[in-house]
Amino acid sequence: MTIEIKTSTIQPIRNTFAHIERRFGDKPASRYQEASYDLAPTTNFHYRPLWDPERELYDPGRTAIDMEDWYAFRDPRQYYYGSYVQARAKLQEITESNYAFFTRRDLASRLPGAAREKIVRCLLPLRHLEMGANMNNVFGSAYGIGTVLTQAFLYNGMDRLGIAQYLSRIGLILDGNSGDTLKAAKTSWMEDPLWQDLRRYVEDVLAQKDWFEVFVAQDVVLDTLVYDIFYRQFDDAMTDAGAGDLAMLIEFMQEWHKETSRWVDSVIKTAVAESDANREQIAAWVADWKQQALAALGPLAAEAVGPDAINASAEVLNKRLAKAGL
Amino acid sequence: MSKVYMALQDNEEAHYLVEALEEDNPDVTVDYQPAMIRIENEDRLVLKRETVEEKMGRDWDLQSLHVNLVTIGGNVDETDDEFTLSWN
Amino acid sequence: MAARKLNLKERYSLLTRDLDWEYSYRDKKEIFPYEDFEGIKITDWSKWEDPFRLTMDAYWKYQAEKEKKLYAIFDAFAQNNGQQNVTDARYINAIKVFLTGVSPLEYQAYSGYAHVGRQFSGVGARTACQMQSIDELRHVQTQVHAMSHYNKFFDGFQDFSHMHDRVWYLSVPKSFFDDARSAGPFEFMVAISFSFEYVLTNLLFVPFMSGAAYNGDMATVTFGFSAQSDEARHMTLGLEVIKFLLEQHPDNVPIVQRWIDKWFWRGTRLLAIVAMMMDYMLPNRVMSWKEAWEVYFEEAGGALFKDLARYGIEMPKYAATAIAEKDHISHQTWSTFYNYGHAAAFHTWMPDEKEMDWLSEKYPDTFDKYYRPRFEHWREKEQAGERFYNPTLPMLCNTCQIPMGFTEMDDPSLIAYRQSVYQGERYNFCSDGCKDIFDHEPEKYVQSWLPVHQIYQGNCGGADIEKVLSEYYRINMGKDNLDFHGSPDEARWNAWHNLESAEERLKKAG
Repeated sequence: MTIEIKTSTIQPIRNTFAHIERRFGDKPASRYQEASYDLAPTTNFHYRPLWDPERELYDPGRTAIDMEDWYAFRDPRQYYYGSYVQARAKLQEITESNYAFFTRRDLASRLPGAAREKIVRCLLPLRHLEMGANMNNVFGSAYGIGTVLTQAFLYNGMDRLGIAQYLSRIGLILDGNSGDTLKAAKTSWMEDPLWQDLRRYVEDVLAQKDWFEVFVAQDVVLDTLVYDIFYRQFDDAMTDAGAGDLAMLIEFMQEWHKETSRWVDSVIKTAVAESDANREQIAAWVADWKQQALAALGPLAAEAVGPDAINASAEVLNKRLAKAGL
Repeated sequence: MSKVYMALQDNEEAHYLVEALEEDNPDVTVDYQPAMIRIENEDRLVLKRETVEEKMGRDWDLQSLHVNLVTIGGNVDETDDEFTLSWN
Repeated sequence: MAARKLNLKERYSLLTRDLDWEYSYRDKKEIFPYEDFEGIKITDWSKWEDPFRLTMDAYWKYQAEKEKKLYAIFDAFAQNNGQQNVTDARYINAIKVFLTGVSPLEYQAYSGYAHVGRQFSGVGARTACQMQSIDELRHVQTQVHAMSHYNKFFDGFQDFSHMHDRVWYLSVPKSFFDDARSAGPFEFMVAISFSFEYVLTNLLFVPFMSGAAYNGDMATVTFGFSAQSDEARHMTLGLEVIKFLLEQHPDNVPIVQRWIDKWFWRGTRLLAIVAMMMDYMLPNRVMSWKEAWEVYFEEAGGALFKDLARYGIEMPKYAATAIAEKDHISHQTWSTFYNYGHAAAFHTWMPDEKEMDWLSEKYPDTFDKYYRPRFEHWREKEQAGERFYNPTLPMLCNTCQIPMGFTEMDDPSLIAYRQSVYQGERYNFCSDGCKDIFDHEPEKYVQSWLPVHQIYQGNCGGADIEKVLSEYYRINMGKDNLDFHGSPDEARWNAWHNLESAEERLKKAG
């Protein structure tokens, strides 16, 4: 009899937190839900930021995009910190073993000279672009609204730092840790006419104030084109040029982009579906940045891959935008 | 003279770290508290990768110290081989 | 080609610091607009010493290892009904305070470090802050996950996020972080990275978490120590920030000193609640608040400020007052919450005889003289069925927002009051420290969202206090609030352990 009472008294008195219950009903919640929904403060802020006295902390007015509920966005990967770092650790382990294999077998010495030069001139400068992408995503995390969105921005930002570091390691593998290739890549980024329009694009995005526009310019427009040109088409071109081993060193970026695109697509789709005003605003941003990105990347794509490369990537971008309702 | 200190989670790996700390810092004080171990020393405390590896009998990356570290007091200097806490 | 071996510093420099470049298509000020307005002078960001040199691959690897361990324990804890194994259900109230008062600060820290992690023009500082930002996100999420199980069995956790934005005593921690985040980026760093993380958080995380271990709370001790393993990096960042600012320009020294004075005081006020948690809410006690204060502030902080003396930095201005308060602060704070126990989302109680004896022993100069008689009086009233609750709304300090209840240190029977007049309005403070903070930036602190004022102004759902508590705050009246004795928490706990309720015990004793 006592045992019976005991089992009945250890029944939970509720399934989850009240704010989760209000959204999803009275049932057990996932870790993703409890870690992501309604965590950010929304009201009764004490002081206006000295650095932005027109607005509150967590002010939805920092973008022209308007949402009835900022938690309408979702991350199809359902990343909270724990699931995020564990997914990355897995990818990192594979990458580490690829890099170790490449180094141990000295596969760098098997790269044809022209291919090696192309990697230094056309791939390595992207480490700086990734630094810009890091800042642009952290920007979204700092000023965006709603944890479902802002946490994903931060994961993306840290990923971009990681990718910049992997790109730098490719350089160090090629130059035997002298850092010469990284110097050359930086000189290209700073001075080579081939790279200047792209660098201008990155600096322009860094100077923007609307975090959703920054997201469109960076994660939607630029990344779609850059990842298609450099991690798909350039990879194929390198394989054709006898430098197929490079694939081992950029597998992380390919896998990462495939995975992250699912999140980017879902963000755009949700924002566009919310209202006509959002759709028009996003379409205007896309048109503006796409034109600049295509112009900036055209010559680079031609040099890295060939004359048709930019059109092929533009096609990929257009398809993606159409799928998102643009 | 001021004391520098570190606290480690009380677990298997920490015991090797404590052994290494005791060997490389002969005057160190080790205090076992609930769930954690506090190690303090006058002015300077050094954890050497090589000593830890000797105690563990395997390779050990110094940066993995952070998995078990609870807190520190002192200026940190971290190289591939040593993690040092000190006051000037 | 035989590769040259790179040491940690060289490697980190190539993989991180070297990613930055000098902008030429845009003015640097457009990209980093907030670096100048505080008057801090940075002449050379390249002098920044990276506090730790963790690249993302290693970060993912080690953090995943920590998370794997942590969640395995959370799962085991839930599967084994670990909530039954804490020393006493009263203890759970300490972690209710934690989830409603502290975890939301971790969230604010995440946002604050994302802000500075974007806004510093020095790449070394920027990436260190980004890493802290994502760590802080980790902390809030792991805390929510650790408490998730307790929430299923105890009252008061369920609406932590809603409450943090509204409930009167939670405006203390909320305003603390709002204050830091609304400040400029350098003040934010001195406030949080240095004054809070380096000088004060040990007091929150180390003895309290050790206390959680001592009270059978496997979930809390696990997230606590796992969070602390990131904290060592955060503390190193805090110390590096200070040294960097002081080395960059002598004009920075007085600015930094003023920030240290301010944030030390704001931090000690915030920690009053931790003092109370340690002395009153842990059934098994590891050390008293006073002892923890001596180890982690007086000794460790003393060594730190001795080290910083070479830059011309002195001990925080009100350190002596804070040191004197160590004998009083936990008792005074607990008294306040006991008084307003009907308006809080956790339970309060009077310590039993054994606990009072422990407090006498730990506080030989003050407990018996000032606090025990009052507590015994309250206990008698409770036994007579007249548990004391203070029905009035308290006056709040305009800076720290704690009800005015702290006393003068030279006369612990006299409540401390300070006032300032600004633009014809009178403002009240609990201490010289809080008054100083206001007087230096009155235009900021007149904005304070003071919960009691807001109730009077009708901004919290009207004049009916019951309604404010139940509808605006969403406190489940009769469940979340009032004394532990007689609470549903207590009834459930007693049923799990086949214990008699306090009421029954009283009846028998009477």
